[in-house]
Amino acid sequence: MPKREDLKKVMVIGSGPIIIGQAAEFDYSGSQACRALKEEGLEVVLINSNPATIMTDRNMADRVYIEPLTVKYIKEILKKERPDGLLPTLGGQTGLNLAIDLSEDGILEELGIELLGTPLDTIQRAEDRDTFKALMDEIGEPILTSRTATTIGEAKKIANKIGYPVIVRPGYTMGGTGGGVANNPDQLDEIAARGFKHSLIGQILIEKSIKGWKEVEYEVMRDANNNCITVCNMENFDPVGIHTGDSIVFAPSQTLTDKEYQMLRSSSLKIIRALGIEGGCNVQFALDPESFNYNIIEVNPRVSRSSALASKATGYPIAKVSAKIALGYTLDEIENAITKKTTACFEPALDYVVAKIPRWPFDKFHYAERELGTQMKATGEVMAIERTIEASLLKAVRSLEVGASGLKHEEVESWSDEQLTEKLKVADDRRIFVIAEALGRDWSIEKIHQLTEINTFFLVKMKNIIDLERRLEGEGLTPELIREVKRFGFSDREIGILTDKSEQEVNQFRKEHGIETAYKMVDTCAAEFEAETPYYYSTYERTNESEVTDEKKVLVLGSGPIRIGQGIEFDYCSVHSAWALHEKGYESIIVNNNPETVSTDFDTSDRLYFEPLAKEDVMNIVDLEQPEGVVVQFGGQTSVNLAKPLAEEGVNILGTSVKAIDIAEDRDKFINLLNELEIPTPIGDVATSMDEAAKIANEIGYPVLVRPSYVLGGRAMEVVYDEQELAEYMENAVKVSPDRPILVDKYMIGKEIEVDAISDAEEIIIPGIMEHIERAGVHSGDSIAVYPAQTLTAEQEAKLEEYTRKLAQALDVKGLVNIQYVLHDGEIYVIEVNPRSSRTIPYLSKVTGIPMVNLATKAMLGEKLKDLGYPTGLLPKQDHVAVKIPVFSFSKLRKVDTNLGPEMKSTGEVLGLDHDYNKALYKGFVAADIDIPEEGRILATIADKDKEEAISYIKDFAELGFEIVATAGTAEVLQEVGVEVEEVKKVSEGSPHVIDMIEADEVDLVVNTLTKGKVPARDGFQIRRNAVEMGIPCLTSLDTTKAILRVLQENKETGAEATVQALQDYV
Amino acid sequence: MREAKLVLEDGTVFKGQAFGVEDKAEGEIVFNTGMTGYEEILTDASYKGEIVTMTYPMIGNYGVTNEDVESYTSHVNGFVVREFCNQPSNWRAKEKIDEYLKRIGIVGISGIDTRALTKRLRTEGTMKGVITTADKSEEELIAEAKAAPGLSGRDLVSQVTPDEIYEVGDGDYKVVLIDCGAKKNIIRSLTGRDCEVTVVPADTSAEEILDFNPDGIMVSNGPGDPKDAPYVVETVKELMGEVPIFGICLGHQIIGLACGADTYKLKFGHRGVNHPVKDLKTNRVYITSQNHGFALKDESLEGLNLEVTHINANDQTVEGLKHKELPVFSVQYHPEAAPGPEDSHYLFDHFIELMEKSL
Repeated sequence: MPKREDLKKVMVIGSGPIIIGQAAEFDYSGSQACRALKEEGLEVVLINSNPATIMTDRNMADRVYIEPLTVKYIKEILKKERPDGLLPTLGGQTGLNLAIDLSEDGILEELGIELLGTPLDTIQRAEDRDTFKALMDEIGEPILTSRTATTIGEAKKIANKIGYPVIVRPGYTMGGTGGGVANNPDQLDEIAARGFKHSLIGQILIEKSIKGWKEVEYEVMRDANNNCITVCNMENFDPVGIHTGDSIVFAPSQTLTDKEYQMLRSSSLKIIRALGIEGGCNVQFALDPESFNYNIIEVNPRVSRSSALASKATGYPIAKVSAKIALGYTLDEIENAITKKTTACFEPALDYVVAKIPRWPFDKFHYAERELGTQMKATGEVMAIERTIEASLLKAVRSLEVGASGLKHEEVESWSDEQLTEKLKVADDRRIFVIAEALGRDWSIEKIHQLTEINTFFLVKMKNIIDLERRLEGEGLTPELIREVKRFGFSDREIGILTDKSEQEVNQFRKEHGIETAYKMVDTCAAEFEAETPYYYSTYERTNESEVTDEKKVLVLGSGPIRIGQGIEFDYCSVHSAWALHEKGYESIIVNNNPETVSTDFDTSDRLYFEPLAKEDVMNIVDLEQPEGVVVQFGGQTSVNLAKPLAEEGVNILGTSVKAIDIAEDRDKFINLLNELEIPTPIGDVATSMDEAAKIANEIGYPVLVRPSYVLGGRAMEVVYDEQELAEYMENAVKVSPDRPILVDKYMIGKEIEVDAISDAEEIIIPGIMEHIERAGVHSGDSIAVYPAQTLTAEQEAKLEEYTRKLAQALDVKGLVNIQYVLHDGEIYVIEVNPRSSRTIPYLSKVTGIPMVNLATKAMLGEKLKDLGYPTGLLPKQDHVAVKIPVFSFSKLRKVDTNLGPEMKSTGEVLGLDHDYNKALYKGFVAADIDIPEEGRILATIADKDKEEAISYIKDFAELGFEIVATAGTAEVLQEVGVEVEEVKKVSEGSPHVIDMIEADEVDLVVNTLTKGKVPARDGFQIRRNAVEMGIPCLTSLDTTKAILRVLQENKETGAEATVQALQDYV
Repeated sequence: MREAKLVLEDGTVFKGQAFGVEDKAEGEIVFNTGMTGYEEILTDASYKGEIVTMTYPMIGNYGVTNEDVESYTSHVNGFVVREFCNQPSNWRAKEKIDEYLKRIGIVGISGIDTRALTKRLRTEGTMKGVITTADKSEEELIAEAKAAPGLSGRDLVSQVTPDEIYEVGDGDYKVVLIDCGAKKNIIRSLTGRDCEVTVVPADTSAEEILDFNPDGIMVSNGPGDPKDAPYVVETVKELMGEVPIFGICLGHQIIGLACGADTYKLKFGHRGVNHPVKDLKTNRVYITSQNHGFALKDESLEGLNLEVTHINANDQTVEGLKHKELPVFSVQYHPEAAPGPEDSHYLFDHFIELMEKSL
């Protein structure tokens, strides 16, 4: 069936901000789909609220709308653009849910817009547990005996009938939000309540727990001619019970016979046919390890995180093929983009094994529950390709960047046998290290299997690694052993640790004995056909396949797994840098290990190496490719951290020098530079002990900002108000960074300002100045940032430009530089300088129309900014306002405090874009899913230090018609100024208290500010947590509160109708 | 583990370790891209005369079940892997792959860069080679590789066909299976569809076959060059028109030859479970299980009473035939799967329909 000629204009729905359970994978699939549609000559309209994506670049679609992903806004776009079709299956669960809402709204029918790809009733049938079960019964596919409940009573009745433990899942949700395993009625009470709240349809599913079964996934494609293929299957290391997004996964399956493989394959095809899916689909199975019995766990009628992984694991571009199928093509009419000789209608054959390990945020969230279960907690993932399980696993561990070069883990090593047993029973993010430790203590495979229920196959493979570790410890460096352990994936660094040698010594020894890495190609077909696409992984094999060209080339280091503080924005930058290099006639080579991203798409760069971002792995590529230079500015801290080690090996670091990076990061050198340049900065000093820290703090006066000297995303940064807090902090922080000193700075309350500039060391371009709504002290990544700055005087702006230019010139910056300033008592201070790309680059590039990474890359190659066709200096302000609002994933992370501070907590961001500041702000809040009530009840619990400021805002809320509820102290001051207020008891005062009120859903908005000091903040913590669990917006910053108040006031005056405008019409 | 070598006739030498039986093996080296199914592959008689390389790097992960076998023993001449698994995991695993190969006498070699080997075979075409643990010079080994018997010019079918006639199953349809090295799953696929199957040696005459009064005849898969089994071609010629005939793989080539077509040797064959085949009538594409080194020449079909029903979507080679007048059809791939996708089981139903019609 050829392409449908009646489709001229198609709209694609993106997935919005990065949250746990819905991350960069949809930027990858969305971008791929948009490109596929454009390739077919269609006019593409895109809506996505996430400005950090490649997908929302102006060149990805003809019309890009960065607007809130709500029915209201999409309807406006549909009316304006009148597309022929709507493609919702590439925007994750968000896209699917919106498609259902839009269809129910009637707008699609009204405007005659066709839903492309998978039909709506299919989506509904797959998503609604009851209809899905009915369909599975009809086609004879086994599905767990499970029933839906809409009340707690019903839930309990079902659980009693099928027996505990039971798994609880909310209907219509993503990333398993609100699910869990209940072992008894009490636990069921709690989990069910959460489930109801998070289900879009107030429905939960109760099913018998089949913990311990193998979890196997299939990625399946179908076209309108009923052709079906499976792209890939995958087997989870962790048995059923741990969310697949939190599982370590191998592809292809490892312990399935062909009979089992084909049984589940046939089942997948039967399901995709019965559902009538046109495009990609993911089927998750539980397979009894002792029989042919299986159960279908879940079907996702869309591209998913797993399909992104499968695409990278096989080279089969699922999203692209799905998009083409939606246009009417059949699989055999679509080219295999890797071989360019065969078609998309085949099943990839792998001649390697892929390991995926999730990346969890618990390094940031010390108090979070680390246990893994049915609710996903990972923010990102890494993938590794090798020829054996051991090697791919070790490569993946190395890619995680958790400080591990192998399976040794200091903390885990210190645990008692009892602790170890407990951790084997209840998995957390350290699982792989825990198992390794148990093996190291000679616990039997059988015992570990009993405790973990992990298939012995995988445990044996880990044992092989432990055995080799021992041999290294015993035998030391011998050519034979090194050859062997390299084939099993050991890093030079780990070999060094085990043999008491430096990484350097091991590296030298290995090279002297000719033990060198080879690269193999990912070609979809196990070498059966010639492949055209240079997509490589390393291995220690006989023949190297990566044929180096004569072109001049540059290596771009990616940013690794998505984590808090280092998100998709750095992938955006890496991709643009690769494109700019290509444009300048260089062969661009990307090194990265994140399967969810655009940068690891095989046609983003000229060559792709799927490898850990560790020195050894990068150096191996450098040795082979001999690039002119390496770009480290765009991959966040990951690549910046590699600058020095690479430079020491004689690698040419393009752009800003390693020395300059060091000056910016080294406290003393940095202060000296600022003094020289006569740029003010908050006073402070470096402390290596508690006594020193206390002395400094007393000298400069509390509050002080404390942090380790090298930080990423504000890790372990805190504002402390007295010596006791300082002591507490020192205890924790020293653990975080043992051999690094602590910085103690005066905490300056004031407006935080952020500048990103492009520099060629002579001239700079500042596309715009951003100011933060939250005062300094809230991490810039968690702050609402406004472009252009709204409150600065021309003089202040001139000063910012001057300081930025001086710093860029002094540091000899070639490329990007990000500078954070604070405006305190009318004076501008520099807080920090990052001579690299920042998280605001994508958004700023989009709203100013300045291709910042492109220009920065050219500057790094030695071009002069004045020759690049853009004006220099601080550019004039655009006449629109762009508000970047952070998005958090607190509902996925139990026990994490939601208050904002210097340590970053957000996982993603959205943009509000409008000609009017308040409207842009409002759009941002809507897009961030901050459900601002237009009326209702506000619960205010304000710390004493904030009361004076807060009162006027609360008063204004009351004037807008809100009812105010407050705890005693706050209520008293409010009454004093004449605000009518209902008093509610604190927890210590007994029920019914403030938490009861939140749990009963009797509050619409919470304003809670942090009491001084964190320990006695019990009530506050509970208030914030419970608000999250109940999905009630909770504001912890008075600045945000004020901003929302202004928006509500404005809405009341002018109304809140939705206006939309494409990016192309703004700039 | 002892050192072993795999030596190709073009002089390429791969060093690895012996597993299975430590001895010398020779034959034509082929590769299979299936990621599962090694037990079925090892016991598939069509591999007679071949040294099989698995492109998937880890073989033996789920052990050997002794249930998923396609014949009574293994027929491969040698087995080449990147790594074999000595601690398999599957509830049906009875043996480790190494133990199994030892028990049935197959020479294996592991530690081979199977991807490099596969690329060599892909670019140069399949070639002959030896696996050996003998301490000989490379020149000697290369000479041995060159001297190894190839697939053509010898009757491999006669080495794998049963000695005697036997019957399997009970049912409404009487099918005679001309067993040129038939996979067990062909028989299972028939008996599972209400067929009583009489399995006869490949050299059974048409007359003898017709004496069983069959409702249909199945010509099975088998090893080697179809031209080396001219007696089967002759038998099929005589049988055409009498009752419905269904040919699989070698059986397909034999039917082609019986109708006057010609066969040729493919550069490196099709061996795997991911080959797309297009049904020209419906334009539907099926993912098929394949194992063949020879194929029917497309141009030789011109003017014959044959219609091409299926082609390979990758290289457009002939994958299915139908006689224009008689109830005779055949496919180059394996609808019985095992290993591989179950997508083409329906062809057996089609065979049953043909028999039903001509009853």
